[in-house]
Amino acid sequence: MGNLELLQIIWFILIGFLFTGYSVLDGFDLGVGSLLPFLAKKEEEKKLLFKAIGPFWDGNEVWLVTAGAALFAAFPYAYATVFSGFYLAFMLLLFSLIFRAVSLELWGLDEKRKSFWEWAFVIGSFLPSLLYGIALGNVVAGIPLDKHMDFTGSFFTLFRPFPLAVGILGLMAILLQGGTYAVMKSSGEVRKRARKIVNAIWILFLILLVLCFFIAYVYIPGITGRFFMWFSLIVVLVSWILLKIFLNKGNDTAPFYMSSISFIGLWGITGAVHFPNLVKSSNNHSFSLTIHNASSTELTLKLMFIIVLIGMPIVMAYSAYIYKVFKGKVSIEEKEY
Amino acid sequence: MDPVMLSRIQFGLAAGFHFIFPASTFGLTLLILILETLYLKSREEVYKDSSAFFVKILGLVFVMGIASGVVLEFAFGTNWAQYSRFVGDIFGVPLAAEGIFSFFLESVFMSILLFGRNKVSKKVYWLSAFLVFFGAHLSGLFILIANSWMQTPDGFKIEGGRAVLTSISHAALNHSTVIRFIHSIIAGWITGSLLAAGIGAWYLRRKLHVETAKVCLKIALIIFIITSLVQLLTGHSHSVQVGLTQPEKMAAYEALWQTTKGAPLSLFGIPDESRQKTYLFVGVPKMLSFLIHFNFNAKVAGLNEFPKDEQPPVLLPFASYHIMIGLGMLFIAISLLGAYLLMTKKIWDARWYLLVLICSIPFPYIANEFGWMATEIGRQPWAVYRVLKIANAASVSVPAWQILFSLIMFAVIYIFLLWVFIYVLVKLIKKGPGEVSEGY
Ligand code: HDD
Ligand code: HEM
Ligand code: HEM
Repeated sequence: MGNLELLQIIWFILIGFLFTGYSVLDGFDLGVGSLLPFLAKKEEEKKLLFKAIGPFWDGNEVWLVTAGAALFAAFPYAYATVFSGFYLAFMLLLFSLIFRAVSLELWGLDEKRKSFWEWAFVIGSFLPSLLYGIALGNVVAGIPLDKHMDFTGSFFTLFRPFPLAVGILGLMAILLQGGTYAVMKSSGEVRKRARKIVNAIWILFLILLVLCFFIAYVYIPGITGRFFMWFSLIVVLVSWILLKIFLNKGNDTAPFYMSSISFIGLWGITGAVHFPNLVKSSNNHSFSLTIHNASSTELTLKLMFIIVLIGMPIVMAYSAYIYKVFKGKVSIEEKEY
Repeated sequence: MDPVMLSRIQFGLAAGFHFIFPASTFGLTLLILILETLYLKSREEVYKDSSAFFVKILGLVFVMGIASGVVLEFAFGTNWAQYSRFVGDIFGVPLAAEGIFSFFLESVFMSILLFGRNKVSKKVYWLSAFLVFFGAHLSGLFILIANSWMQTPDGFKIEGGRAVLTSISHAALNHSTVIRFIHSIIAGWITGSLLAAGIGAWYLRRKLHVETAKVCLKIALIIFIITSLVQLLTGHSHSVQVGLTQPEKMAAYEALWQTTKGAPLSLFGIPDESRQKTYLFVGVPKMLSFLIHFNFNAKVAGLNEFPKDEQPPVLLPFASYHIMIGLGMLFIAISLLGAYLLMTKKIWDARWYLLVLICSIPFPYIANEFGWMATEIGRQPWAVYRVLKIANAASVSVPAWQILFSLIMFAVIYIFLLWVFIYVLVKLIKKGPGEVSEGY
């Protein structure tokens, strides 16, 4: 194996790492956002949830920005194909992310339109949570491409059964992140509601996982032969079971960690099934974008690798620091800012 | 409609909207850093109160910057897919480095600035102010590296139908990176400091928060005075850079139709592209030759030197460029007056001057927008100067109606957000320092 091939594999893993980090972290605030109407009834309770994610959501979203930019730098062909191919879906995503970002700030500052911003926050959290999975499902299942790597389907190509199932599974995983995060950060009524919600989603999660698995088994040949897929699946299932055990014991932090691990496992499955493809072609196998025909040159991949090796440990160190500064349950009385 | 044109309008709209906020961020983070440093040294509450107030404003600016910045990050893939394929090997790197080295830094320590005053020590709080300042400027550097590479590409070769990186240092520090960075950052400092000075002036005229207002006004005004003078020098160097590296752009800026020995510096005029003539031309004879080549009789290339289909439009770059410079001159006038009033200590009673400061708040924003318009439109028809034409840069798989749809949506959303932003900003200012612990 040459240097270039090795770097391409490393970058497949690193892109996966960035998207996984994004899912686990932004997953919890998108989840809290989507569940807001069910979690909080009173003004005070909403405030509490806003406070629980206030210091973190932006840093979490940077994982997406970085993952997107790293995809651009490492696999520009895949970046170009996916983003132009799913144009309308991505525009919907961008509108949602715009409104989510500003609503977090304006909910507290723009009294006149408070309920507008609240709904902007809920919808702006819910739509991305659903769209991510649909996009991923399409990439894994394959989309129609021409020989210039351009998408030839339409907006509705995106809503086939498998991508939709993956979309709903992704949504469930995000809601589970949000629900368990709310359990961890809140007390009283909100915590009680969050526990109920987690219980319900916990079941739905498994149903969708099984559904996706069977559709994939039928449509994506060869996936059962991949060891890493089975390993990841076991990780998902074990953490899924442990989540419930900890929850029943009244432990408030462990369920969130279990949910996070199962999310990481989901990405493990995806990576195992998808490797070495980046965007599969559904019409002609040779049009598929893989880590070999879609990557940047060796020099760029090497430079990027060095940037990540220097940068990401620092990022993780101060991210850990900020989670420490704002750790523990939030309360409403405390007025420190 | 032409999908390429629609994508161009959409990108210009998105970038122009976005840049309102980073420009403010540069100036505000500088001011906050100064205030926090003074607070750390002197422990005087007035610095803390002022800083807390501007942190609140920065929070609002920042969140708008994020919301609009994410759009740009993905715009290259959605609207400029062929461009992304062609330049990905080079262009993606600064964007990714920006995420890893600066966006994380900015966002994490911004949270401490916003929510952590009572959770961390004074020193850590100061360090956070510094890191937010540093992160914001570092992200400016990375994105301007990317943009400068499009203006004056270097450190690459064309291979297999795409631009391939050959030299990291030449690509990053190409001919326009350093000067563009300095010019843009100073533009941001002008923007933020005039905003702060204007707010201080508004309080003083109404006799509100007088103590705090005086401190803010003084610091902000000093920054403004220095930066607006320095901007003349950086602007000049920037012009020289353009004259040497992108001569057809300079010809458009100056509406220089024919190559001329001893070319004049234009001050005013109405260029007519179809007739290749400038009406009502006012200029300083031989000055352009002198400014670019330090020689009154040097030859400056006119638009006639370049193939028709490689000439930039003239009217828009010409007008934008001159408006920017005109505003720059206005800032110098305002700051010289301010320096005089400060030194003679007459400023606190000069109500008319305070009013001038308040009314000038929008001008740096306008200068910024026109500066970018001159830069970007003057680069046409190229996406990457003399390497890739804009017509070959757009996505081919996106139908025009979808771009039209998203363009209309962006326009509506941005107008709405700008309005809410100004409304909330004015509300925050009216509440004033001391009331800043509101919010969720
Ligand atoms: C010279 C300055 C400058 C310029 C020309 C741009 N930006 Fe910017 N950007 C910033 C300076 C900045 C900043 C000051 O660093 C911001 C403003 C608020 C913030 O969070 O950081 C920012 C925010 C910001 C964010 C949000 C980061 C977050 O979530 O924290 C993204 C994704 C981008 N930008 C991307 C872009 C792209 C793709 C640009 C070009 C097309 C661009 N910016 C132009
Ligand atoms: C934030 C400040 C910026 C502003 C206000 C700005 C403004 C503009 C404007 C007005 C246009 C439209 C020009 C035209 O098509 O006629 C444009 C185009 C463009 N700019 Fe910028 N720009 C900014 C920063 C950047 C940066 C930092 C980059 C690169 C990283 C960039 C890349 C582009 C691209 C790709 C286009 C579309 C292609 C084109 O029309 O040339 N811009 N910008
Ligand atoms: C005082 C005289 C000034 C001169 C001679 C000047 C010169 C220039 C030139 C030549 C460019 C275009 C660079 C290119 O095309 O590559 C430019 C761009 C720009 N200018 Fe100015 N400028 C001046 C004042 C200002 C002021 C006062 C501001 C804002 C407060 C400003 C903000 C900008 C911005 C944001 C850009 C686009 C970014 C860039 O290319 O650097 N300029 N300026």
